[in-house]
Amino acid sequence: MRGDGLDPSAQLRAVRKHYGPIAALDGVDLDVHAGELLALLGPNGAGKSTAISLLLGLSDPDSGQARLFGESPHVLDVRRRVGVMLQSAGMPDTSKVSELLAQTRSYYPDPLDTDECVATAGIADLLGRRYGKLSGGQQRRVQFALAISGRPQLLFLDEPTVGLDVESRQALWNAIRALVAGGCAVLLTTHYLEEAEALADRVAVLARGRIVAEGSVREIRARVAQRRIRCVSALTLEAISAWPDVRSICRDGDRFEIVTDSAETVVRQLLREDTRLSELEVQRAGLAEAFVEITQEAA
Amino acid sequence: MNALVQTLPRVSLPRVYALESKHEFLRLLRSPSFAVPTLMFPPMFYLLFAVLFTSGRGDFQANIYLLATYGVFGVMAPGLFGFGVSVALDRERGWLTLKRAQPMPAGAYLASKLVMAMLFATIIFATLALIATTVGGVRVPVASWLALLIVDVLGVLPFCAIGLFVGTLVNGSGAPAVINLIYLPMSFLSGLWMPLTALPAAVRGFAPVWPAFHLGQLALAAVGQPSDGTPFGHIFALAAIAVFFLILARRRLARST
Repeated sequence: MRGDGLDPSAQLRAVRKHYGPIAALDGVDLDVHAGELLALLGPNGAGKSTAISLLLGLSDPDSGQARLFGESPHVLDVRRRVGVMLQSAGMPDTSKVSELLAQTRSYYPDPLDTDECVATAGIADLLGRRYGKLSGGQQRRVQFALAISGRPQLLFLDEPTVGLDVESRQALWNAIRALVAGGCAVLLTTHYLEEAEALADRVAVLARGRIVAEGSVREIRARVAQRRIRCVSALTLEAISAWPDVRSICRDGDRFEIVTDSAETVVRQLLREDTRLSELEVQRAGLAEAFVEITQEAA
Repeated sequence: MNALVQTLPRVSLPRVYALESKHEFLRLLRSPSFAVPTLMFPPMFYLLFAVLFTSGRGDFQANIYLLATYGVFGVMAPGLFGFGVSVALDRERGWLTLKRAQPMPAGAYLASKLVMAMLFATIIFATLALIATTVGGVRVPVASWLALLIVDVLGVLPFCAIGLFVGTLVNGSGAPAVINLIYLPMSFLSGLWMPLTALPAAVRGFAPVWPAFHLGQLALAAVGQPSDGTPFGHIFALAAIAVFFLILARRRLARST
């Protein structure tokens, strides 16, 4: 079966994978399309690494199918359209960065210019250095450079920004956005939910080997009705926490932070009972809260 | 004819293999714990025991005998350590996994390590030959030099297979210890440090078990020293050992996904 332009860039179909008695993936469907970034989230051991290793052909599903551009990931020509950044990829300590880059570029039919690669990943000053002498963040940037060096149409990024400082992380995010805008499909796994929030077109939440939620960041957040109210008030903690819609509350001096499913009701009551209430602020739950809620439901 | 036919860029396989091999060689050359003993021990031992403290009793020609056997001792190291330690490290640190995920041609990984081992073998041969012909006073026909070069360079192969298998079993920090336990006793028991005739009969009788014995006999025959058995028998034994460990290693690598 030949891949054509209509196939998803990466696809899992009804995939099951067991390690002994443990089901790492228990019937998972997943699509990543050209020009979109899918963030695959989930607690440790949820099956994210297994999903990636199946898609890269590092292992085979017990049942179901893993496909890249409609073809088996074992096909070399298909993997030539794919860039990879894995969570742990300890390259040889005594290899120079320039050598690692030249080697990886040679695997691809139409690689990026070295200069372009180096500029995008921000490793211009590292080319002549040995990999083992680099800091963790610098090594991560080198790994990113290798991942994009083949001008990929599909990019796997497994925890790409672990160990990066704020500035490098922003630079990397910009590079990823540019790739997606250029039509590249990206599958991102990350523990930083703000990263998924900043980059993802779609989010899929994996828990206990199943996809338990999937949608845009906005949709996922909307699944959680929770909102967070902050204010300065003379009311007592005990009084507010007794209200019906208040889920939890905490106080720091005269500042309150209230978590509720019905912000409108609580705000109305707050304003009614404390006419001098000030600094009122209402915030929708972030992806982080939604994620915690979704994975707890699934457990 | 389609006017829009364009030549799609293609991957140059020779370029992939060449870069991969060059970088593997450089990587190990820059690792002192590998490069220093591998490149220094054979010439050092040869200088000590074949040139400076040669016993020279009877018709035993230490300078020629040890040129052959220290050559074998030398070329075992890039096979055993070069494969064993680097494969163990690559597995442990996830580098091998990344390479398998990348579109690296399937054979490039092992081929690059083979080339690396053969390059080291060539350097070891050249250094020993240089010392032997200058201070060692060795004079053998050109054909013998060529035969010895071939024995040394191709002789790394069975040891590469053994190293590869060990590399699939143990981790990077354990590999050097395990390999030394194989390397040093086998060298001694195969008559690489002193002639087997100087060793107890039990050791002599057991020697054909060791691949180093077979390679040693081939090397001795190459430079016209007395040797046991036939070249064909030794080559067959070495090939069988190489295939055996290669199959074991493949099974291990396939399972460790």
